[in-house]
Amino acid sequence: MSANLEKYQTAATSRITTWFKAAPVSALPENGGACIKYKDLQIAIYKFSRRNEWYACQNLCPHKMQMALSRGMIGSQGDEPKVACPFHKKTFSLKSGKNLNGDTCSIDTYPVKVEDGFVYVGFED
Amino acid sequence: MTRIIVIGNGMVGYKFCEKLLAASSHGDFQITVFGEEPWPAYDRVHLSTYFSGSKVDDLSMAPRTWYQEKGIELRTNELIVAIDREQKKVISHSGTARHYDKLVLATGSAAFVPPIRGVEKKGVFVYRTIEDLDAIMAFGKTARSAAVIGGGLLGLEAAKAVMDMGLDTHVIEFTPKLMPRQLDEAGSAILKSKLEDLGISIHLSKNTTTIHGNGKLTGLEFADGSDLSVDMLVISAGIKPRDELAKTCGLSTAPRGGIIVNESLQTEDDPDIFAIGEAASCQNMIYGLVAPGYEMASQVVNQLCGKASKPFLGFDMSTKLKLLGVDVASFGDPFGETESTKAIVYENKNSGIYKRINVSKDGKRLLGGLLVGDATAYGMLLQMTQNQLPLPPKPEDLILGNRDGQATEGAGFKSLPAEVQICSCENVTKGDICQLIENEGLGSLDEIKSCCKAGTGCGGCVPMVNDLLKHQLKALGKQVKNNLCEHFDYSRQELMDLVKIKDIRSYDELIDQFGKGDGCEICKPAVASILASTWNELITRQDTIQDTNDRYLANIQKGGTYSVVPRIPGGEITPEKLIVIGQVAKKYGLYTKVTGGQRIDMFGARVDQLPDIWEELIDAGFESGHAYGKSLRTVKSCVGSTWCRYGVQDAVSFAIQVEERYRGLRSPHKLKGAVSGCIRECAEAQSKDFGLIATEKGWNLYVCGNGGSKPQHAQLLVNDVDRETVLKYIDRFLMFYIRTAEPLNRTATWLNKLEGGVDYLRDVVVNDTLGIGETLEKEMEFMIQTYACEWKEVVNNPQLRAKFKHFVNDDGGDPSVAFQEMRGQKIPASW
Repeated sequence: MSANLEKYQTAATSRITTWFKAAPVSALPENGGACIKYKDLQIAIYKFSRRNEWYACQNLCPHKMQMALSRGMIGSQGDEPKVACPFHKKTFSLKSGKNLNGDTCSIDTYPVKVEDGFVYVGFED
Repeated sequence: MTRIIVIGNGMVGYKFCEKLLAASSHGDFQITVFGEEPWPAYDRVHLSTYFSGSKVDDLSMAPRTWYQEKGIELRTNELIVAIDREQKKVISHSGTARHYDKLVLATGSAAFVPPIRGVEKKGVFVYRTIEDLDAIMAFGKTARSAAVIGGGLLGLEAAKAVMDMGLDTHVIEFTPKLMPRQLDEAGSAILKSKLEDLGISIHLSKNTTTIHGNGKLTGLEFADGSDLSVDMLVISAGIKPRDELAKTCGLSTAPRGGIIVNESLQTEDDPDIFAIGEAASCQNMIYGLVAPGYEMASQVVNQLCGKASKPFLGFDMSTKLKLLGVDVASFGDPFGETESTKAIVYENKNSGIYKRINVSKDGKRLLGGLLVGDATAYGMLLQMTQNQLPLPPKPEDLILGNRDGQATEGAGFKSLPAEVQICSCENVTKGDICQLIENEGLGSLDEIKSCCKAGTGCGGCVPMVNDLLKHQLKALGKQVKNNLCEHFDYSRQELMDLVKIKDIRSYDELIDQFGKGDGCEICKPAVASILASTWNELITRQDTIQDTNDRYLANIQKGGTYSVVPRIPGGEITPEKLIVIGQVAKKYGLYTKVTGGQRIDMFGARVDQLPDIWEELIDAGFESGHAYGKSLRTVKSCVGSTWCRYGVQDAVSFAIQVEERYRGLRSPHKLKGAVSGCIRECAEAQSKDFGLIATEKGWNLYVCGNGGSKPQHAQLLVNDVDRETVLKYIDRFLMFYIRTAEPLNRTATWLNKLEGGVDYLRDVVVNDTLGIGETLEKEMEFMIQTYACEWKEVVNNPQLRAKFKHFVNDDGGDPSVAFQEMRGQKIPASW
């Protein structure tokens, strides 16, 4: 499973080569997340409707290697947007990917943009 | 850059690395760690949990990636065979050579094996490493009985492991006492009888001389001529320091084993080599506990970083542990041997409790003592001993409690000096913690844990840290307010009032008007529960504030699939409906198991399969069982007077009525009920949140019982009342609980915190002293009238149904879901 973890690489906006057209905005829940498939990756996308921001990260929770982060509750710690894994409530910053309530390793994050009613996720591949 | 080599990757070796990194800047040290075991350091203290299901990863101190991230070269599976002190270099069995500037020997210890004829026989094991445990587990499958040699701490740990494997368990101890280093004879006798109650046979004063058997052991022979037949033997009689490497490179070792170090933990012969943990012999003492090992690691780290370091002059060996579920603690001088003392003893053979404290002759100081069966006073007694605090006028109050009926909770903290050590694993003092609370504004146990690591080692001090926290907050004049989380400065009860008075229907409205930020995983489900308990609207309308189980109306399980539980009220089900469950489970390939609440759980459904599964169940007349919700689960019943020759009332019919009355009721935590048809109580109603027991005259109502990790018997609220009255009281009771409990508090916890306890509860519910009885009944009536099956709504609503997909851009299920087979059914691939 740790080989699985290595598939995910944080993508920096400046180095994006592919903007993947993931789904229409209407397919994603308000103030929550959903999962999209890109090649053999599973990416969680979150819409923070209250602050009109979007975030994306790997769907795989590194704590117990579960494909579950898209089903987690989102929220904030201070100003930091975060998601809580539904399995054991490990929380991760959606900006830095850092685990906020323990020593679990970080998750990888991806940039998101919205154009013409569609959500795009950026990858460096 | 100083090159550091650590030989040994056990708990102490790991802790040394952790502390060195914390105390130094990046680039000061280049660290290489050699470990002979295949995996990174793991928690040997909790090794026996491996038998009850922990995996290597669960026990791990830190994953391999931690070492990588910190720039430590970790070489597992590599045994160091030589140290060249001239060239300052170590050489491993595979030929790897590394130079060091400073060398740390944290080689730990091996199991001590007494000289017994036949120890080489098959079926004889030591209890020390994960590999030993794997071998014991494999062999144990074919064994029926096992003996453990060693009645000390390590031996009893091994006995627990053997018992967990379901073997007939014997403990053999050489001395006349169990735990001879910690307990006196009376304490040992109480522990012995407690262990015998668990089915363990204890053999004291037995010197094992020979292991019998032809190749494989069949039994043991003792010096007194007696013998014992067993299929397996685990030797766990003590430790032997791993000093052989030190010997081969010319370092001095103690006659009883151990690498001789000075008070700076340097080896006598080479100032660049340190020894720490169980391998070190300091003033002719070996320390076989983890806390002194950690302290040694700290001292060496301080020296390497050029910080002040106090000499290591011995370590307090006071200890508290839970052995086979029995609390055992000893502190200071447990036997009163160091100076002339007077002992105060409390012994209760009936409940299996023994407490002894040794008081100085002048009656002014506490010198030590021991506790068996109940060690709640340990923290306070240890502090009094270590800090020579003045004793109360009646020292017996320390072990008997204050018997004047006045509360003593937290009272002792004031008298503790700031330098008192609260957490011995991480060396955190009372002053450190108070400073964090006062100056840094910390207000929760989690914050304290992450800030100073107190309570993260053995965990023994956690209750103490918690009490100290509460005490300090109160002392600071801070109202210990039960704010929900950082987003709401209100308690659950206050928020519930606001929701009701301001007619708030959604989470967004509530956070806009009364909260801040974007919410979190604590306040969202709590508010979702409040809204559901107040308005009873379909929870799927606000699906993203629900915890995953409530969002998908099913229980998430390992591997990310869900389980499905249809309601089977009272546990009564027709053959036709049983067949439907069987057919559905078969069609979707689900694992089936009967639950503890008399219904059937179907596991392994992908999220996209859930609506289809429920469509078939609903067509057959089932409805949601709310197994996923903080809501009513089941009302268990015995078969009652319809069939049972002892039954005095129809328990099944009443259980069905009660379950259908409260089905779908959302509450601060899950709710379980039961109805027993007679005094024999086969439905176990006294372990439920509410339980009914039939009498000749009607029903007895019990409330606030709990199973689970902290079992608690339910208490009698009212007796011999008729059906209607019982329902009225349950209505009031549940609604009062829903209104006033904190989030995720079961009724038992709620009652424990309720001032006035069950008497007050009876006043509110039965005597209606607050005059809210009718209101509570009306609120419950509203809940009952507005109940609707959530799954029925989802199945019939295409928009809601569409949410049950794994990907939003692909119709496939989660490709990472994987199963394996066990006993003819599927189970998830393990994590």
